[in-house]
Amino acid sequence: MTPITVRVDGATYADDVEPRTLLVHYLREQLGKVGTVVGCDTSNCGACTVHLDGEAVKSCTVLAVQADGCEVTTIEGVASGGDLHPVQKAFNEMHGLQCGYCTPGMIMASIDLLEDNPDPSDDEVREGIEGNLCRCTGYQNIVRAVRHAAAEMRGGADGHVVPAQVDTAAAPHVVGQA
Amino acid sequence: MIPAPFAYARPTTVDEALQAIADGGEDVKVLAGGQSLIPVMRLRLAAPETVVDLGKVEGLRGVRDDGDAIVIGAMTTHSDVLADPLIAEHAPLIAEATGTVADRQVRHRGTFGGALVHADPAGDLPAVALALDAEFVIVGPGGRRTVPASEFFLDYLTTAVGEGELLVEVRVPKLAGSWGMHYEKFNRVAQAWSIVAVAAVVRRENGRITEARVGLTNMGPTPLRARQVEEALAGAEATAEAVAAASERAADGTEPSSDLNAQADYRQHLARVLTRRAVSTAAGL
Repeated sequence: MTPITVRVDGATYADDVEPRTLLVHYLREQLGKVGTVVGCDTSNCGACTVHLDGEAVKSCTVLAVQADGCEVTTIEGVASGGDLHPVQKAFNEMHGLQCGYCTPGMIMASIDLLEDNPDPSDDEVREGIEGNLCRCTGYQNIVRAVRHAAAEMRGGADGHVVPAQVDTAAAPHVVGQA
Repeated sequence: MIPAPFAYARPTTVDEALQAIADGGEDVKVLAGGQSLIPVMRLRLAAPETVVDLGKVEGLRGVRDDGDAIVIGAMTTHSDVLADPLIAEHAPLIAEATGTVADRQVRHRGTFGGALVHADPAGDLPAVALALDAEFVIVGPGGRRTVPASEFFLDYLTTAVGEGELLVEVRVPKLAGSWGMHYEKFNRVAQAWSIVAVAAVVRRENGRITEARVGLTNMGPTPLRARQVEEALAGAEATAEAVAAASERAADGTEPSSDLNAQADYRQHLARVLTRRAVSTAAGL
């Protein structure tokens, strides 16, 4: 066992961990921070994204011992009091999720992107969150959510973005079969 | 999946790291950013007896000016490389290729030196180091030695860094005169490895290409220099026709692998097309 001291979402923890413990498992199983999820288990999907000393990382590909002496922020630590973070709020308002599994990672990656680029284009958002996979939404409203949040965080003046029109009527060929 | 158990060493100096490697037993792995090593350990493709973590070792991170070269510390992260003014000024090719590596999260953790020592044939930085004639500074129990890029990549996932040794920094010579550089990468989906990529470094004077260096990614078990292209370009007129003719030789003598992404003959086709694009852009055509 190796001793580590980590600050997570504003609280300091001192623990002994097995060196092979992954940061995501330490957060979920030892600290109960289950807001951070494990998606693919192979460093592809980004669902487990957290901030390590202010930078987005995939916590399934970091050992807990590597976080010794560091500051970790999870999705559970981005709201202030009862107020959601602007990116959380934007994902809600713009329907940037469907099943919601990728959402914690999407939000953590998006916050990281907006720190570097406060006014990204659609393409820059897509590039910026390329490390995060969503299997439900097709990304359209995720991109809108990130740009909406960006506008809010810049001051809200040009934050007028509307979610995609969703046509719930059956497509013609389906209607024909009915 | 979690890694198999291992002993863990967390040195704070290069000397301590070398000692930890020496004391680590038969199978020691050095952990830099861990973005290749940890997945490989999770899949149990590697189950080292000891992991030596360089994360707290002083002095391995950052870029400095050393007169005729810039020196990149092995533990400099990809994100640090992307933001570094010396790299932007003297070796923008490195930043361009680094920007195509994986995704933001991986680039925050992954390191310049780690990617080079891992030496994945589909990795982007080895061909770039080769095209820039970089030099690798390796320390070990026997002292310090410098290995040119042309002698660093020995085989699939194998470099000149021997047992008990560490890569500590990479020297990238500054180029005098009028040089252009470009990295042209072909892959299919977000955050994917290169199917083939080409690094081109071209010196152009008075309408002619006076020198060209072309590095190929994923055209064999190690990165390669396209020497026939370089010879054909030396002294050639800087025209689209001349570059296209020279680029036809990009795959000469190569034996790329066939896998789910591409058959060998398709990779050879890509090498020719991407060389033409990379050299053209580097030459300002």
